[in-house]
Amino acid sequence: MSAALKLALLLLALGFSQGRQHNYIDEFDEEPKAETERVVGASKYGSLWPLPQKVKVSDVSFKLSSGSFRISDAKGSSAGPGCMLLQNAYRRYYEYVFGSARRQELSKSRQTGPAVLPELQVWITSPDSECDGYPSVTSDESYELTVDLPYAVLKAPKVWGALHGLETFSQLVYEDEYGAKSINSTTISDFPRFAHRGILLDSSRHFLPIKVLLANLEAMAMNKINVFHWHIVDEPSFPYLSRTFPQLSQQGAFHSYTHVYTPADVKMVIEFGRLRGIRVVPEFDTPGHTHSWGKGQSDLLTPCYSGSKPTGTFGPVNPILNTTYDFMSQFFKEISTVFPDAYIHLGGDEVDFSCWKSNPDIQKFMVQQGFGQDYSKLESFYIQKLLDIVSTTKKGYMIWQEVFDNGVKLKPDTVVHVWIGRGVNDEMSKVTAAGYTTILSAPWYLDYISYGQDWQKYYKVEPLSFNGTEQQKKLVIGGEACLWGEYVDATNLTPRLWPRASAVAERLWSAADVTDVNDAYNRMALHRCRMVARGIPAEPLFTGYCPQEYKGI
Amino acid sequence: MEAVCMVSFGRYTRPHFHLLLLVILPLGLHTVAGVWPLPQTFTSSIERYPLNPQAFYFGYGRQSAAQQGCSVLDSAFIRYFSLIFPDYTGNGVLRFFEDKPFHIEISVDHDNCESYPNEDSSERYNLSVSAGQASLNAETVWGVLRGLETFSQLVYQDDFGSYFVNKTEIDDFPRFQFRGILLDTSRHYLPVQDILKTLDAMAYSKFNVFHWHIVDDPSFPYQSQTFPDLSSKGAFHPMTHIYTQSDVRRVISHARMWGIRVLPEFDSPGHTKSWGKGQSDLLTPCYSGSTPSGAFGPVNPVLPSTYQFMARLFKEVSSVFPDSYIHLGGDEVDFSCWSSNPDIRAFMQKMGFGVDFTKLEAFYIENIVNITSALNKTVIVWQDVFDYHERIPKDTVLHIWKGTPASYMAELSRMTKAGMRVLLAAPWYINHISYGQDWRDYYNVKPLNFSGTEEQKKLVIGGEVCMWGEYVDATNLTPRLWPRASAAAERLWSDEKQTSSVSKAFPRLQDFRCKLVRRGIRAEPLYVGHCKHEYQGV
Repeated sequence: MSAALKLALLLLALGFSQGRQHNYIDEFDEEPKAETERVVGASKYGSLWPLPQKVKVSDVSFKLSSGSFRISDAKGSSAGPGCMLLQNAYRRYYEYVFGSARRQELSKSRQTGPAVLPELQVWITSPDSECDGYPSVTSDESYELTVDLPYAVLKAPKVWGALHGLETFSQLVYEDEYGAKSINSTTISDFPRFAHRGILLDSSRHFLPIKVLLANLEAMAMNKINVFHWHIVDEPSFPYLSRTFPQLSQQGAFHSYTHVYTPADVKMVIEFGRLRGIRVVPEFDTPGHTHSWGKGQSDLLTPCYSGSKPTGTFGPVNPILNTTYDFMSQFFKEISTVFPDAYIHLGGDEVDFSCWKSNPDIQKFMVQQGFGQDYSKLESFYIQKLLDIVSTTKKGYMIWQEVFDNGVKLKPDTVVHVWIGRGVNDEMSKVTAAGYTTILSAPWYLDYISYGQDWQKYYKVEPLSFNGTEQQKKLVIGGEACLWGEYVDATNLTPRLWPRASAVAERLWSAADVTDVNDAYNRMALHRCRMVARGIPAEPLFTGYCPQEYKGI
Repeated sequence: MEAVCMVSFGRYTRPHFHLLLLVILPLGLHTVAGVWPLPQTFTSSIERYPLNPQAFYFGYGRQSAAQQGCSVLDSAFIRYFSLIFPDYTGNGVLRFFEDKPFHIEISVDHDNCESYPNEDSSERYNLSVSAGQASLNAETVWGVLRGLETFSQLVYQDDFGSYFVNKTEIDDFPRFQFRGILLDTSRHYLPVQDILKTLDAMAYSKFNVFHWHIVDDPSFPYQSQTFPDLSSKGAFHPMTHIYTQSDVRRVISHARMWGIRVLPEFDSPGHTKSWGKGQSDLLTPCYSGSTPSGAFGPVNPVLPSTYQFMARLFKEVSSVFPDSYIHLGGDEVDFSCWSSNPDIRAFMQKMGFGVDFTKLEAFYIENIVNITSALNKTVIVWQDVFDYHERIPKDTVLHIWKGTPASYMAELSRMTKAGMRVLLAAPWYINHISYGQDWRDYYNVKPLNFSGTEEQKKLVIGGEVCMWGEYVDATNLTPRLWPRASAAAERLWSDEKQTSSVSKAFPRLQDFRCKLVRRGIRAEPLYVGHCKHEYQGV
């Protein structure tokens, strides 16, 4: 009876709370009040995002003069004026701090009031600054920032840490009520919790113009994301223009001129990423997800049969032909030179066996090899050969979790990418118990949208919550937010990604005990307005406003 | 639950596997893909005529009541020229030197060029395209605008960039008179540019009412001439986050040029927190025991000063907004503050309301309706007012926003049975987003599928798409609105029998969304695929 009463009350509550402007699903989340009545307050950490490992902010504030403030190389720095990466970053952050239009000379009459902070000195402390190199999974990204007189100092062993420190410095700057740029005396010591902090964008289901990719690399840098996982080709289209096999994009892209990435485009993306400390990891997914490959490369895909006749349709890559492996050798040789990163993502997920099963040649091959009816053995056979091919290019590889699940023999430095939601903790345990490094994406499929503040769900994930030893947990090198492209293109990608991906960014960068959702809300609301002011159309968290609204339309 | 879904749907090709079939539906690249929303009667043949931008002319027919100098049409010709010929730069060589000219001859029965569209405006038009000419006839200039939109959608380019139009006969008119979109400029401020751009996109889908939910709890961006403190204290920012009188005029005149009415909403007595910042004594002081708590509730309905204020505010609003309708809100009034206040309780006693606060609410609304009726405005209120109040003036329009299909259908029956006119918004709360192709839900709505007589059904004046602003601002408004709102647009304009199939609509809508992108509207994709001209912004 009491149960019935409770149900009635619940129904009553449901009826009442169907607010005109409030969502009826959302009201019953764990914190219905917090959702709508959250008081937008100030975090003691201001707008810092992601939160640094150690922060001490004092009440003493300094002014910054747009006319005289300098970012310069410290005397002992191993990176000098010849380090283009840093020089570009100095200018970028100067403009972020002051706005490009507002440069003006310091007036002669010296204002009284807070002292002026004249300079930020950037000091690369290790002998090799890595200025001209590419970031890697082992790059040192740590930095220390001291904001105090006579000048602020940013110390980092490598340029990668310096880039993050510059972003942090720019986040410490605020406007006082007269619009003067100010910064408080602060000491920060910072480093990432995880080395691999990635975002996957899918340029096959919809073509993403270069401009969109670059804008999002820019936004990644604002969030200390350091991997752009470029899911560049897939079933629907093949926009990558290959020098070795130009017909792949000629036949396989949505359009062979307007919807392709030329070698110059790819180079631009890689360099743009490098200058922001972001790795570009390309994915060329096989043997499934390859429909578009078949248009420009005949005999690559398996002809499907209906009875004894080919149906005219094609399935996964044909694993029984030598020509397949010749093609893959040449193709990945090209890829390994075009993309400088030490890793290539080889996919290997969601292989549909029905077409293989229908094909008499494949059936025969199965018998020859003694695979019986176990087509996952055939898949492993293919992947094994592919991995051997890619190994000869001296690249490491990342693969989706199925490849591991199917028992393919992997190199010890393989990164296993966990994406399946069900049983994710068991999978993490298994993969790490087998000694492989792993990255996590399952909880962060950002293409799934729902009404309300779903960023909180992404924020509350703890990547190391699976059962395992300390040793195992160390094998989790990070995670990736995935924005698959079924419903996403240039029109809606950026507001759909940001600031939801920022929640993932903080989870992967900041200390494990940074879990206060209220504090996160207050910092993130400011962080998203900062992105908007910098030209990134990051969508709102909830009702409110930004001093500078988005002007792009 | 969710985890289970993830697995069974696979890493990418999840819930809509069967949609692949839809995607494959051939979309003849060199033929007309169709018009959105679908015209009432439409016949076209494969006979096609080339159009040369340098020999293309709009003109007024001899019989036409409107002639050159008609502001609405003259400016529409200029706009539609660029919409019809998106590539035309004016400095190319004469490629189609030998092409014959093409004339569109416009004929209107009434010269209403300087008026505003209203609830009775005819939007019917007749369009006939043949060799070298088209004739477009309508009763009003608003009908001409709808016809020009249709014509612009009939023109297509072949692979060489040449423009063509096929031989076509169209007789078209809207199924519902009221086809609206609500934007909420209180929860987030929307810059004027974004409102104007939305009006453009509305015209492309033949929407004809912009319901401007201009103020609400979070902010009061409307700059009142009579009470400037309302925005100087109640807006998010008194300079950058307000609509000045000239902003409002700009929105109204831009809307008029597209044949769109601007319906302002000043919602009270609830949803008024921001009003209280600039107008003291307007809101009810809430009590905790016998002392005021410092918080405020709905508008204070017991003070004469409240009604004096409202009379002056609505007098201003009535003259600023030319439309004969005004939306008074009246939804979601929270009674807890009223019941805490001793003055209100005393008033209740005096009026004999007992403890029934809906009576107090009805008392308030009645007073406000009397104010606006005296200003010759027709009133729209949210359904809550009908739900608790029997004596509503017969010409009031009720706006349904709540509930499941079953419950809003029942509400439609009840309201129309009471002889009231009704506007339906419940199925089109487009701010609620979900994964996948939810446009199909908006498309599948059957607004007249409730039990009632023919007479009752005639009382449904139309429908409205609502984009509430909790999670929406200038960064994401456009892709969230389009093309999802276009699905509702076809439901409200076109014949239901001819547009009952989602799978038939899919390729036409896909094509229409690429047209929107081509016109600079950031309309999001329906599914995997591409547009010839992708969006070029960020």
